[in-house]
Amino acid sequence: MLVISITDKILICFKLLIMKILVCISHVPDTTSKINFSDNNTKFDTNGVQFVINPNDEFGLTRAMWFKEKQGATVTVVNVGGPETEPTLRKALAIGADAAIRVNTVATDGFSVAKQLANVVKDGGYDLVIAGRESIDYNGGMVPGMIAGLTSANFINNCIGLEIEGTSVKAIREIDGGKETLSTSLPLVIGGQKGLVEESDLRIPNMRGIMMARQKALNVLEPIDANAETTSTKFEKPAPKGAIKLVSPDNLDELINLLHNEAKVI
Amino acid sequence: MSVLVYTESEQGKFKKVAFEVASYAKAVANQLGTTVTAIAMNVNDTSQLAMYGVDKVLNVTNTQLDNFNAKIYANIIKQAAEKESTKVVIIGSSANSKYLAPLLAVELNAGYASNVIEAPSNISPFTVKRTAFTNKAFEFTQINTDVKIVGVSNNSFGLVESSGSATAEAFSPSLSESGINIESVDKVTGKVSIADAEIVVSAGRGLKGPENWGMIEELASVLGAATACSKPVSDLGWRPHGEHVGQTGKPVAANLYIAIGISGAIQHLAGINASKVKVVINTDSEAPFFKAADYGVIGDAFEVVPRLVEKLKAFKAQQ
Repeated sequence: MLVISITDKILICFKLLIMKILVCISHVPDTTSKINFSDNNTKFDTNGVQFVINPNDEFGLTRAMWFKEKQGATVTVVNVGGPETEPTLRKALAIGADAAIRVNTVATDGFSVAKQLANVVKDGGYDLVIAGRESIDYNGGMVPGMIAGLTSANFINNCIGLEIEGTSVKAIREIDGGKETLSTSLPLVIGGQKGLVEESDLRIPNMRGIMMARQKALNVLEPIDANAETTSTKFEKPAPKGAIKLVSPDNLDELINLLHNEAKVI
Repeated sequence: MSVLVYTESEQGKFKKVAFEVASYAKAVANQLGTTVTAIAMNVNDTSQLAMYGVDKVLNVTNTQLDNFNAKIYANIIKQAAEKESTKVVIIGSSANSKYLAPLLAVELNAGYASNVIEAPSNISPFTVKRTAFTNKAFEFTQINTDVKIVGVSNNSFGLVESSGSATAEAFSPSLSESGINIESVDKVTGKVSIADAEIVVSAGRGLKGPENWGMIEELASVLGAATACSKPVSDLGWRPHGEHVGQTGKPVAANLYIAIGISGAIQHLAGINASKVKVVINTDSEAPFFKAADYGVIGDAFEVVPRLVEKLKAFKAQQ
């Protein structure tokens, strides 16, 4: 006979009410990093590179913290990568996420990363998945949409506003030349960016957060089989720029002449 | 086996980017020895596509498609790809194309490369060159799947005219459930958007206050350009967030980018570096932008810009 105790019942109700949020965290080189390649220009050279939480993901994480604090939610962060990405996940825990997951495989292409993440989403039964609209390293811009496609969740890209009441969602999407207001429902995946929160809302982990982060769970999951659909074969750096041509402010006809006859852009 | 190209439109008319992606699709079709089929939604007159190498147009007419919906559009493109036994799908880099691309990739189980700037460097294995590391590098990406999706970066391939004619075919795909409703659209009309612009005029804190943007608007208007701004300017609320360009703002890949009173922080440069020609106007000759630009004027924007507007008006009148 199945007996469910009162406390279990309360727990079940509680679980139904509390939104489960998964924030996908990309571990990327800091904006100011010099970008170099090794192995005959086939690999990104991580020597001396400082890694950070992908900025677009950090806006999303900060919005997730808002839901946790104002409406009640659990926030799990996830990354697909090797052990070297754990400090980035710890930073997300120090900012306030409850738990972290690392899928233990080298992130090769967007599609295979999305498949790993979709598997985490299905297993964990997350209501809301937040990922940055793109990472600032490979700029693929595909992972959030692919997670949505693979998990049959609703999807809003370039999301700059998000309100959730029960399972109803109001969101704002940035479009070319403006914005649009959308309504949808959970489960939902968003491609987030600045606007979800502002730069001034971003949090620098404090000492207490950092200490607490050490106690929080960081679960390492083994990857599922997922083929790389695309392969990076070679990198190139842009050709060094020629010297700038300076034009005197008293001779703007020359600037117009250069733009018209030399650069051919006007 | 046709190459399928999604040609974007607005209010019944093709956007300029439609002709650029069609030109790109034609180049790929030539490499593969096949034809180009375009998929269009609610376009009144599709005949222009023939000028850019399209052989056949599947025009879907349905008022339910008046507003863009990524899931429904992706599903329609999938149906078109299956009907044409397509192996390569070409799309653009607008917010809408980038929105539907990953959904389409899942539907077609296709590898997708975004921000592609050149015709494929190789057909077998299928390899394209794209920007990566926020314009600090190029990446050659090999797409390994049977069906491939290529997202072409704006203003990278240009328009290539060709002669020929296109047959139009009515296409009535089934419409999938969308799951998302549009409540309202807030779009500036009568202004060039940053994404569509060939020329972008951008200004920074050097302008001292929002009241001084009149001359920037005027310069943009003379050039048929979009207006943009640096991050501090949007953070200060001088200009709307939608105008912020840079790493965390909108990316810019214009033919001409004019930066006025912008020092050139690395995050700003990263976002605009895909632009072909850069002009900087700044009083501070030490501003980092002078190292990134092609042409520069060391001078006070309040003197240089109005004078440039007058000179450009005279130049345009002569043209």
